Amino acid sequence: MNYDLSAVLILILPLISFIGLSLFGKRIKPELSGLIGSVVLVATAVLSLFVAYGYFFDFGKLDGAYVKHIAFQFSWLQFNENLSIDLGLVLDPISVMMLLVITFVSAMVHIYSMNYMHGEERFTMYYAYLSLFTFSMLGLVVSVNLFQMYMFWELVGVSSFLLIGFYFTKPSAIAAAKKAFIVTRFADLGFLIGILMLSFGAKTLDFFVLIERLTATGSPYLAGFTSTTFMGLSTLSWALLLVFAGGAGKSAMFPLHIWLPDAMEGPTPVSALIHAATMVVAGVFLVARLFHVFAVSAPDALSIIAYIGAFTAMFAAVIACTQTDIKRVLAYSTISQIAFMMFALGVAGWGEGQNEGFTASMFHLFTHAFFKALLFLGAGAVIHAVHSNEMKDMGGLRKALPITHVTFLLACLAIAGIPPFAGFFSKEAILSSAFEHNKIIFYVGLITSGITAFYMFRLYFRIFWNKAPHADGHNHEGHTWSMNIPLIILSLGAVFAGLIPFGSFISADGKAIELPFHLMFSIAPVLIGVTAILLAWALYGKKSELPAKLSASIAFLYQSAYHKFYIDEIYLFVTKKILFNLIGRPAAWFDRTIVNGMINATASGTVSVSESIKGMQSGRLQTYAMFFLGGILMLAALLVIKFM
Amino acid sequence: MNILSLLILIPLVTAIGILISKKDQTIKLIALLGSVTQLGVAIWTTLLYMSLRKAGATGDMLFQSTIKWFSPLHIFFSTGVDGISLTMILLTAMVVVAGILVSWKIVFQVKEFFFLIVFLSLGAFGFFISTDLFMLFFFLELAVIPKYLLIGIWGSGKKEYSAMKLALMLMFGSALVFLGIVGLYYASAAFGVPTWNLQQLSHLKLPIETQRVLYILLFTGFGVFTALFPFHTWAPDGHSSAPTAASMFLAGISMKLGGYGCLRVATYLLPDAARELSWIFIILASIMIIYGAFATMMQKDLKYMNAYSSVSHCGFVILGIAMLTKAAIMGAVMQMVSHGIMTALFFAAIGMIYDRAHTRQADELGGMLKQVPFIGTAFIIAGLTSLGLPGFSGFVSEMTIFVGAWEQTGIFYRVATILACASIVVTAVYILRAIGLAIWGSIQNKEHLKFKDASWSERTASILLIAGVVFIGVFPFWLIQLIQNDSITIFNKIYSAAFAI
Repeated sequence: MNYDLSAVLILILPLISFIGLSLFGKRIKPELSGLIGSVVLVATAVLSLFVAYGYFFDFGKLDGAYVKHIAFQFSWLQFNENLSIDLGLVLDPISVMMLLVITFVSAMVHIYSMNYMHGEERFTMYYAYLSLFTFSMLGLVVSVNLFQMYMFWELVGVSSFLLIGFYFTKPSAIAAAKKAFIVTRFADLGFLIGILMLSFGAKTLDFFVLIERLTATGSPYLAGFTSTTFMGLSTLSWALLLVFAGGAGKSAMFPLHIWLPDAMEGPTPVSALIHAATMVVAGVFLVARLFHVFAVSAPDALSIIAYIGAFTAMFAAVIACTQTDIKRVLAYSTISQIAFMMFALGVAGWGEGQNEGFTASMFHLFTHAFFKALLFLGAGAVIHAVHSNEMKDMGGLRKALPITHVTFLLACLAIAGIPPFAGFFSKEAILSSAFEHNKIIFYVGLITSGITAFYMFRLYFRIFWNKAPHADGHNHEGHTWSMNIPLIILSLGAVFAGLIPFGSFISADGKAIELPFHLMFSIAPVLIGVTAILLAWALYGKKSELPAKLSASIAFLYQSAYHKFYIDEIYLFVTKKILFNLIGRPAAWFDRTIVNGMINATASGTVSVSESIKGMQSGRLQTYAMFFLGGILMLAALLVIKFM
Repeated sequence: MNILSLLILIPLVTAIGILISKKDQTIKLIALLGSVTQLGVAIWTTLLYMSLRKAGATGDMLFQSTIKWFSPLHIFFSTGVDGISLTMILLTAMVVVAGILVSWKIVFQVKEFFFLIVFLSLGAFGFFISTDLFMLFFFLELAVIPKYLLIGIWGSGKKEYSAMKLALMLMFGSALVFLGIVGLYYASAAFGVPTWNLQQLSHLKLPIETQRVLYILLFTGFGVFTALFPFHTWAPDGHSSAPTAASMFLAGISMKLGGYGCLRVATYLLPDAARELSWIFIILASIMIIYGAFATMMQKDLKYMNAYSSVSHCGFVILGIAMLTKAAIMGAVMQMVSHGIMTALFFAAIGMIYDRAHTRQADELGGMLKQVPFIGTAFIIAGLTSLGLPGFSGFVSEMTIFVGAWEQTGIFYRVATILACASIVVTAVYILRAIGLAIWGSIQNKEHLKFKDASWSERTASILLIAGVVFIGVFPFWLIQLIQNDSITIFNKIYSAAFAI
């Protein structure tokens, strides 16, 4: 079978599934629609494996380096001679990896949802939206054109909006869906302006032409772009930072992270797919896609990204330690982990010996998808069993949910970076490349990975230990094969994904690299991780007063972190007080009162003028005669004056 | 016989048919039949046009014909179309069909209502095919009067006030347009025989002083129809008082008459003044876009919301025309079509909700998606088109305008473009707010549990319009093919230094 055709099918199948389910969903049974969606996604996952095999082992290499392969491309919307939106499908190491991740996690989530969402009223629409999301996300990663990516970017945003608002009768779900869309839309404004600037400077929207024009030495496009500066950064850096702003919105970087924790209002499998494994890494992917330009022509922008990433990583990790809603803990953990990927890109450079951060970032993206999806699906199983998101309603669940318990533990070990689980390898790679390029960021990363281990095990102990197991020993996992199978498969990924020799497949320039790995170097992070886990055990292994005392002793810090450092309140102030009350309301008032008032005043002015002069046309002959005489007299007077 | 005369003949015959038939049901069927035939003819004309172009037909306009109408004043009934006017004709035909379908349940003075609607469409079709300025103006006026009656008789709320306001303000716009075209007519006398003909006028090089005055007059005059700031206040009142079909026409077609006039008459015939003075309208357009969007954000009445959002969206049309680049002009035309279909869909959905709930206050509604899923979905699709979601027409037209506007260098143009871009965020805020309040959520009023979902006619109308936005949104290259050359013609005209006399 043909590789190009399979790649196209990967994209088309979810779309067909979406159209079919949304148009004809009412005619078929809900169970059938779940089955259709799952079968389609499993098929695309298989196809992705096939394409990935083909790309990495068959046709992807040219002269020892992986090169891009365009499966198809056509001009969709021609703006002018230079600029057009092309739709196409490109296969290169990062897009193929993303295809694998997306289809695989999406297939797991589709299967899992058959049971988890069973009996929901709009079950079919749920599957339709999931398929729409999968299609959009796949379209995003295979984009050949900046604008194509922007299009799918928006589509991803709207499917996320529809899924967060799936329980649309709940006010909190409506608010969360709106917030997610509007915050990311705001960030996309930066993306859009960045695209306009890039396209104007490079005279193309095609990714690969653009990258070439903006990296080649002596390129006239590049010279025009870097000749002007603003506030110490070149125009190109500004354009790229604006593009990054879009990425920061989707990837929930500080200060645009506020939508992600609220997005947990959506069904839990959705959180696993969209808000953990795939959509939220779109920003990382975007920076990776343009990495060559960043690294060669705008290293200053790249280092800003590194600092934003490092700050976000720590910031989110601290908040995660205080949250009590288990999905919110995971949400902050996601923010923190994506920030790891982001700063790994930020510390990398171009050229041999500089670019291992790129590979490390992609590696972490890959492993994170497995263990974070697993954590969310595990959390879903827990929520399914106890019907609550709050930690206080949990504890001692290890007997009731044995499979969930084991898989959750594996995922926690993976994210905490304990060898030999997946997260260990990718996090080591990130830390060691940070160590080589930027010490400050390295230490931030190191401390954060300790905090990560702490809050993950706080979560784990509070769910599965903390209290004595339920006396009846009742197993809640009875008929949930469709929930257990994805958990088991994903846990295999969380355990073994780190063993893949990632550097030989994915690197910034396509040439195989060796990821740095030193045994001595790993001692410190692992030691910190283990200590943090022991600390979590001491605090949360059994029910005790210790955590409460501890949080009381650092009450200020604890309260600030618990309230997410009041960032939401600041946003609320800006939007409600400033945008609505200071701009929106006056604009509406001004329009109704002043502008409209002027129009009305003109009308009433006309009426009153006519009122006052209407007496002149009274129909009374005497009056007319008088005006007539008066006129004649005036004319006569004029004549007399003129000819005197 | 010229195929374009069919476009006038069919509405005329339909109108006469409506007048002579007695039963309400017959009247509705005649109106529907006439409008569907018209849509068919419009599509047929477009296909014919495209095949002629493919076969290598040159000339700015095709299917031209000229009949002497009043020779002492050199008025000819001359017709001709290019891709841009055909696009507008297709839009009009589509909105008319949808408008007639959503009015199916009208019981009060059925004959008059459908007569006026068909009459209104006659004015719009005549406007788009005319190449003689006097006839153009004639048809523009034909399209104003029925609106007054439609709002005054079948409207709701402060309908007399709104009808009067709308008619007076549009009349004011027409007066400016009339002054402008009379000025053109007399200015052309300096080159020999005076003329109203669009193409003959386009070859004349008028003195810049004359151009300046006429440009301002014509652009403002037509601008009033497009809700140009500060002459937009007819729009919120007019739309909200109008019956559903009239709102659809008003926003879907009537506002496009203005945009088309600004492009085809003001900018095309007075290129020097356009280059010199278009900055004025860039400022006004930016105000429309941003200020309209912020004003929309505060509206609770769904029709007011859509009316204000129309002001904001039509700001894009003005912006595109005033930016004077190829892509921006093309984008302006696309935005006219896109907004026409989208806003018709929006008003149709709002009308369907209003017919059932007798309220349009977003906060008194809620749970519509659950109770009336079809109508709720139509509303959401209209909303997503409005906020520029890819896959629907709004995205392609707005992006084309943005890219086109960005070609104009200089800080002034950049600021205007960035402001326009920023409106997409505000648009998202108000659209999602309306969806969150009215469509999502749960039913607040027990009465609303009795609502029935859309009837067959409402469904057909919505599906037709949704098909329109999706078609443009997914296959924009088709529309581009139709309008690209004409946009380039206008662009070249604006920037060509030498004029043949």
